[in-house]
Amino acid sequence: MLRTLLIDVGKALYLFSGLMGLAAILTWMERKQSALMQDRVGANRARIFGLRLLGLPHIITDAVKLLTKEDFVPAGVPTWLHALAPWVTLTVACLPAAAIPFGHVLPWGGQAIELQLMDMQVGLVYALAIASMAIYGVILAGWVTRNKWAVLGSLRAAAQLIGFGVVLGISLIGPVLLYGTLNLQEMVHWQDTTVLHGWLPRWGIFFQPLAFLVFLTVGIAETKRIPFDLPEGESEIIGYFLEYSGMKFGAFFLADFIETVVVAMLTVTVFLGGWSVPYLSADQGGFVWPWGAHTAVPPAGVALLQMAAFWVKVFAVCWLLLLIRWTLPRFRIDQAVRLGWQYLLPLSVLNTFGTAAVLLIVGQ
Amino acid sequence: MVDVWLERILFYGLALVTVGSALVVTFGRNLVRSAFALFFTLMGMAAMFVYLAADFVALVHILVYIGGILVLILFGIWLTHRVIDLDIRAGRIQLIPGLILGLVLMGLLGLTIRSFNLAARTPAPYRATASGIGRLLLSTYLLPFEIASVALVVALVGAIVIGRRETSR
Repeated sequence: MLRTLLIDVGKALYLFSGLMGLAAILTWMERKQSALMQDRVGANRARIFGLRLLGLPHIITDAVKLLTKEDFVPAGVPTWLHALAPWVTLTVACLPAAAIPFGHVLPWGGQAIELQLMDMQVGLVYALAIASMAIYGVILAGWVTRNKWAVLGSLRAAAQLIGFGVVLGISLIGPVLLYGTLNLQEMVHWQDTTVLHGWLPRWGIFFQPLAFLVFLTVGIAETKRIPFDLPEGESEIIGYFLEYSGMKFGAFFLADFIETVVVAMLTVTVFLGGWSVPYLSADQGGFVWPWGAHTAVPPAGVALLQMAAFWVKVFAVCWLLLLIRWTLPRFRIDQAVRLGWQYLLPLSVLNTFGTAAVLLIVGQ
Repeated sequence: MVDVWLERILFYGLALVTVGSALVVTFGRNLVRSAFALFFTLMGMAAMFVYLAADFVALVHILVYIGGILVLILFGIWLTHRVIDLDIRAGRIQLIPGLILGLVLMGLLGLTIRSFNLAARTPAPYRATASGIGRLLLSTYLLPFEIASVALVVALVGAIVIGRRETSR
């Protein structure tokens, strides 16, 4: 009993610190990567004992700055509702990660620990359902501060997230039909093998390329970042968090990065093989190379490699998302909503029909 | 023994939140507050589904009603009033027809519940529900499923017609 509880707490801490750590690193990476892309130097002022460490101390200085800034609450605004909005946003942003498998099993003292926080039969629906609640913090922030620009940001967010939320669900029906399950761990197991005589990993992206593109696009829209940052639009309306300062603003800011990491986690799990390492098979006790060679790896090594592979993949997708964010300009609200309803929705429906038809033909 | 008591406390707590917030939705005079109270009613219902081991229904309930319908309701309240009004009052119209409809619905639900002998049933162990629901919707309950989709299309067309008339005036 106590042992199970300790294991669960340990898993939660591992996942949460990974999520938070990656989100914090992304705040630095966003500046450094954009600087590289724009031929600038980027964040390099903060230092610890004279060490600049490529600007990494900026993560700490940012946190100190946000925590010590004046916490401004506009007059005539219910204080507790004002304080509630950023924490609702932050909590809801973190929750979908609980369904993501971050490894298979870890052998520990004669026992096998399942490397997933909640093994749900409907894990994918859980992630989507929680993600659909992200809008409430945003609506609350705009509504409670009664600032016209903030309300405009909230309205844009609501219009955008409802439209893209529908597409987000439908774009994943194709992969679900292919895997035949809503359980995220089973999805990874389906992908944890090879095709084409052992050369190609059986990852979802090779079977569902259209779903992958649509899901990634919609994922960016769900994180409310460029080119879909209309609810925030720094140069025009500033956004739903206009009347927030200090750490409350910091919570909104951090939630955006956490959402980015969660979208990356979902992408990796559904399309990029999750924790699976190409050619590494736990049943065969090591790497089985396409040319027939075999490299033995102990069970603990397999588990650790898989856990590392998950974070490497998530990091790679985060890098891709940042690359897209610094490459494209912002859409107008009508363009963004039209893209969602008139192009991405039919495309994802088409993908669903196509996948179903192929499965029907191949299955018989 | 402790388990049974914990379960009872959990159940009545959930029931209290669900019914209490539903009362706020119905009798509250502030529309925005009613809409936010509806959030807790819907959450309570989702929790009830979890309590009944219907995980798929619970999550789809959250996805559709909390992530979709309620956001649209809030959206509607905002767009039909002065946007930054915190204090939007609800009026009371058609009290008698509403009461009659409510009583009829309550009677029908009561009859349905009475027709099941709940006390004789033992709780079944948890099984995955999603695939079973899908199979039933596309076989036994195909006709009601299709009728529901036709009703949704009719509502959609109706909404577009009403919206168009507004702009061409």
